[in-house]
Amino acid sequence: MTVKCIQGEYPSVHMDSVDRFHGNQLVYVGWDHHTSICTANAYPLPPDMPFGALTEAVLPSVLAPHPDFAHIDWSKVEWLLDGQTFTPDMAKSLKDNGVGHKSLIRFKTPGLNGYQGTGN
Amino acid sequence: MSENKVFMIFQNTADAQPFISAFAQENPEATLNYQPGMVRIEGLGELGITQEVVSEFAGRAVDLQELHLTLISLSGNIDEDDDYFRITRH
Amino acid sequence: MAKKLNMRKRYELLTRGLGWEPTYQSKDKVFAQEAYEGIKITDWSKWEDPFRLTADAYWKYQAEKDKKLYAVMDSFAQNNAHLNLADASYVNALKLFIQGVSPLEYAAHRNFARLARQLSGEGAQIACQMQSIDELRHAQTQIHTISHYNKHFNGMHDPFHMFDRVWYLSVPKSYFDDASSAGPFEFITSVSFSFEYLLTNLLFVPFMSGAAYNGDMATVTFGFSAQSDESRHMTLGLEIIKFLLEQHEDNLPIVQGWIDKHFWRAYRLLGLVAMMQDYFLPESPMSWKEGWQIYFVENAGALFNDLGRYGLKMPKYHEIATAEADHISHQVFGIFYNYIHAAAFNLGLPSEAKMNWLSEKYPDTFDKYYRPRMEMWAEMAKEGKRFFNMGLPQLCQVCQIPMGFTEIAKGDPMQIAYRVSEYQGEKFHTCSDGCKTIFDYEPAKYVNAWLPVHQIFQGNCGGAAVPDVLNWYHFHPEDGGDYVGSADEARWKAMKGEAAAPEAAQPTQADAA
Ligand SMILES: [Fe+2]
Ligand SMILES: [Fe+2]
Ligand SMILES: [Zn+2]
Repeated sequence: MTVKCIQGEYPSVHMDSVDRFHGNQLVYVGWDHHTSICTANAYPLPPDMPFGALTEAVLPSVLAPHPDFAHIDWSKVEWLLDGQTFTPDMAKSLKDNGVGHKSLIRFKTPGLNGYQGTGN
Repeated sequence: MSENKVFMIFQNTADAQPFISAFAQENPEATLNYQPGMVRIEGLGELGITQEVVSEFAGRAVDLQELHLTLISLSGNIDEDDDYFRITRH
Repeated sequence: MAKKLNMRKRYELLTRGLGWEPTYQSKDKVFAQEAYEGIKITDWSKWEDPFRLTADAYWKYQAEKDKKLYAVMDSFAQNNAHLNLADASYVNALKLFIQGVSPLEYAAHRNFARLARQLSGEGAQIACQMQSIDELRHAQTQIHTISHYNKHFNGMHDPFHMFDRVWYLSVPKSYFDDASSAGPFEFITSVSFSFEYLLTNLLFVPFMSGAAYNGDMATVTFGFSAQSDESRHMTLGLEIIKFLLEQHEDNLPIVQGWIDKHFWRAYRLLGLVAMMQDYFLPESPMSWKEGWQIYFVENAGALFNDLGRYGLKMPKYHEIATAEADHISHQVFGIFYNYIHAAAFNLGLPSEAKMNWLSEKYPDTFDKYYRPRMEMWAEMAKEGKRFFNMGLPQLCQVCQIPMGFTEIAKGDPMQIAYRVSEYQGEKFHTCSDGCKTIFDYEPAKYVNAWLPVHQIFQGNCGGAAVPDVLNWYHFHPEDGGDYVGSADEARWKAMKGEAAAPEAAQPTQADAA
């Protein structure tokens, strides 16, 4: 539906277009069934950053305090990129892995289901 | 009688008392639910008061619009005149 | 002697026939906003004021309300009555109120003034004019009352500045801006009906009852004084809906769409109130869920039975909101526990007694899902590793709340819900079917959203490090964090002559980006 206005077209500015992030793109990463971390987090990341840097540097900066985090076997992690299952190539860049501006990456850690298995 | 709930909520203060008492007396089916600082008067379909009864409780001639001073909330359709105030939902 | 006229007649004489037909300009130019939303009005004289309150009676009663209120406030200040509070942690409810609610009162004041000018019916003009004055009174009396607390506690020093900038205050701000940037009929449907009629009881009644329960008589008085105007505002909400539906059948789908949209938006905003009610009050008279049952489920059920004769249905996704009643306060609390270092109020893990109260009030969810979370956090804190979320959250494009709501209706309450839409080659994320539906209906509006997290990353919020951003918000370093060990707690203990607790834990790494 177009937005109704008194005259002309409704002024519409993409406030979060990729050109506004100083060469970075926004990426959201969420850890399924670990809701004590209240949301997926938003990260401004260079599109050329290798995917491996995500698991090695970016995610620990937020998720490391969680008691499950140290036990993650990254080779067994199940990934979802924008709703589709996918297998990232850790050596390749985010861009070459198909991660775009405002992509949502979700991951599941089978066997690690949050504090005492409660999804926390 | 309607199954639809209506309510009036008043501050639980001396100023509101004649209204609260009138609602209680004139609507014997109504329930009064006391919460800190307030009272919720609930009924089914209708709740009403008359100026005569409110004035009797107050010991003076009360203008029913004085209820604006102590009313907190209500739910239902309002019907008012000089001598009565009613809230209905049929 | 002439017979005294009855109220109906008197009211009509005093309030009707005050308008005129313009001659210098055409009527649709004078009331330029009245038609473009597609609402059809054939006869404004059919407008019925629910309360027959004339201007002289209005001023008389409002003056009396203010006289009473200011007498209570004066004696409160003179007697240092803040010392009678059950506990100073209660004041955090007031901080959230002055930061998040009072600026809405002011915005409501401005918008009802717009409506008083833009609607062409005299009855509606007068009702909107009175409401505009009421809302200004609410903002003023809240500021006056809370200014007393501002002398003794943190976080209340600059609410209007904060309102325009702070990440969690963008939730109320964006809701109201959404309504304000719409036409007059959408605005009034949103604020007067979806918010004030359907949901405002959930904001004020438990808030004020909580204040009474916790010994805050000044707030009780301003709250109830404002709320006495609210009864009039609510009935205006009901009247406008009935009036629009009686005027023309084409209005029904438009009005239904607005009710659906703004019910969901206002409900999402009330998530903050749910947290306040269940977690901020040292003593809670009623849980969020109980309030929802009484003031929404029972009340709105009866209301929509009544409105059914116009063809109006319960707001879309109301059953999801009801299913969420078991979870929402705990989830919003979780969000703020993650980010309390970036807020201008304090909170902390609930005490054992509070947790038992929560178990009792939420028998299906608290022990199963949320008590373990509290225990985990308590263990971490005990080891000196109090959990702070050092990243920034993904926000919903519509409600702007950090996307922490879960798949409750799908039976997976510990999995965050993700919804996404594509619009002009860009992805837009929403927290729920409710917010996604709103986005998809008017994407050109919501791409304009000023999302605080993205703005920080774009470099528009004072800097990249958290302290820079907080400084830009006009927060002081001691405004946020856990209540235990906070500056407010120390001050409270000093006032009460008790020993101070050790200082609260602080996050160590402070980079936002
Ligand atoms: Fe207000
Ligand atoms: Fe209001
Ligand atoms: Zn949302």
